[in-house]
Amino acid sequence: MNTRWWFLLPARVWTALFLLAPLGIVGAYSVLTRGDYGGVEAPWTMESYTRLIDPLYLAILWRSVWMATLSTVLCALLGFPLALFIARAGRRKNLWLQLVLLPFWTSFLVRTYAWLFILRDTGLVNTVLQRLHVIRTPLPLLYNDGAVLLGLVYSFLPFFVLPVYAALERLDGSLAEAAADLGARPLSTLRRVILPLSAPGIAAGCVLVFIPCLGSYLTPDLLGGGKTVMVGNLIQNQFTTARDWPFGSATSLVLMLVSALALLMMMRSPATKEML
Amino acid sequence: MSRALSVYAAAALVFLHAPLVVLVLFSFNGGRFTVWEGFSLRWYQAAVSDPQLAEGLVNSLLIAVVAGVLSTVIGTLAAYGMWRRASPVLSGALYLSLVTPEIVTGVSLLALFQWAFRFLHLQLGLYTVVIAHVAFSIAYVTIVVSSRLRSYDRTLEEAAMDLGATEWGAFRRVTLPSIAPAVAAAGLLALVVSFDDYVITSLVAGVDSQTLPMVIYAMARRGVSPVVNAVSALIVVAFGAVIVVAERLQKR
Repeated sequence: MNTRWWFLLPARVWTALFLLAPLGIVGAYSVLTRGDYGGVEAPWTMESYTRLIDPLYLAILWRSVWMATLSTVLCALLGFPLALFIARAGRRKNLWLQLVLLPFWTSFLVRTYAWLFILRDTGLVNTVLQRLHVIRTPLPLLYNDGAVLLGLVYSFLPFFVLPVYAALERLDGSLAEAAADLGARPLSTLRRVILPLSAPGIAAGCVLVFIPCLGSYLTPDLLGGGKTVMVGNLIQNQFTTARDWPFGSATSLVLMLVSALALLMMMRSPATKEML
Repeated sequence: MSRALSVYAAAALVFLHAPLVVLVLFSFNGGRFTVWEGFSLRWYQAAVSDPQLAEGLVNSLLIAVVAGVLSTVIGTLAAYGMWRRASPVLSGALYLSLVTPEIVTGVSLLALFQWAFRFLHLQLGLYTVVIAHVAFSIAYVTIVVSSRLRSYDRTLEEAAMDLGATEWGAFRRVTLPSIAPAVAAAGLLALVVSFDDYVITSLVAGVDSQTLPMVIYAMARRGVSPVVNAVSALIVVAFGAVIVVAERLQKR
């Protein structure tokens, strides 16, 4: 055995035992029957997968895909101008980048709690509006789709800004100048020169936002209350309260499959061909 | 257009920072409610003297240090091994760990542990959390160390081996010292990632091994308490300090 083999051994053992084996177990559980006291039993069955076609669960899957898509679109709309600004900020580039990434480096739980603090009935917005006599009863700002969307966009915006900034940074500034010299107005330069050239970064940013949003658990749990159930919450519920491990396992695999499809779509899209 | 862009960027920055700023600001509020009643440190006093928070903090620190050290050692060795020659299977597995949703990582580990407990007389505890945290931190460590190794001059190590060093000796006495700042930065990152995790931890922690995020989550769920603001403020400052140190280390 050469020395390199020993360097890789601990990581290989750990990932095999605690990443791949658990996923394998989930795969096996997804085709088994639910036990009487939780757990799993024989016989093998595809029932957990067929149950996912139930309108109730299809609605949750669809809602998750929809929320993740909406969050991605919002992150793209909000993040692109920000990335463009930073890329053009000259000497202050790094400072701006650090400022955008700073909140991202604080605890995810704390960032989500901050919105709970701002949006709840006795929270900042409602208290201020009530004190100013704008409203009499608190507005229902929390525990709805809007709050979850806000939380997702807030948490994952840097994931979009970073790759798009990297793409814009590499872009040759003289191309935009040439377009302007040839009479293109700023907006058509943006649409016909800058956007196509930064497409690989945009595609990467979209996937980096879409995948964690699709599988998000904490944001819908804290900001959506019990109402906005996404697929992550469904999985958690099946493994804890409902104790239907086969169904939870099948849902987990479907979630991973959809995430993998999103990743594949990005890698296959013509925009990213040249990047890879 | 550049004028409009600047105004927009400033507004975006406010959106990103304001929630955390008001959160920290109201941790110094004298009153219980979201109305400013003068400066006070009472919520910090309450936080410091809360036994559950103290227990959670001790557990979280213990887990973060042990998991941080383990994943740094394992991840650094792996990054070095893969730098010598690529290992598609291992890097594939590490990428898989990055794209697997946290909730799936959590339930799959829970399923593994429950299955293993049929044969072993054990139960969920702090050590199961450590195992889980190491499992998802290795990828982060490997990425940080790998990116440092990419700019590392291979000939230094070859020179050491020409002069009679063994492969292990060349790694330990030539390569490791020169990539040490990146390794330390990777370790700090692993520490932060472990300390922050709620989703996976809550699934694989034993009943008597509550971590700080689990205690905060329970408090946030129960209702308004400025104590949570105080703890959050402390976490924001502590994380910020660790990240600044880590970035300094990486730039060396």
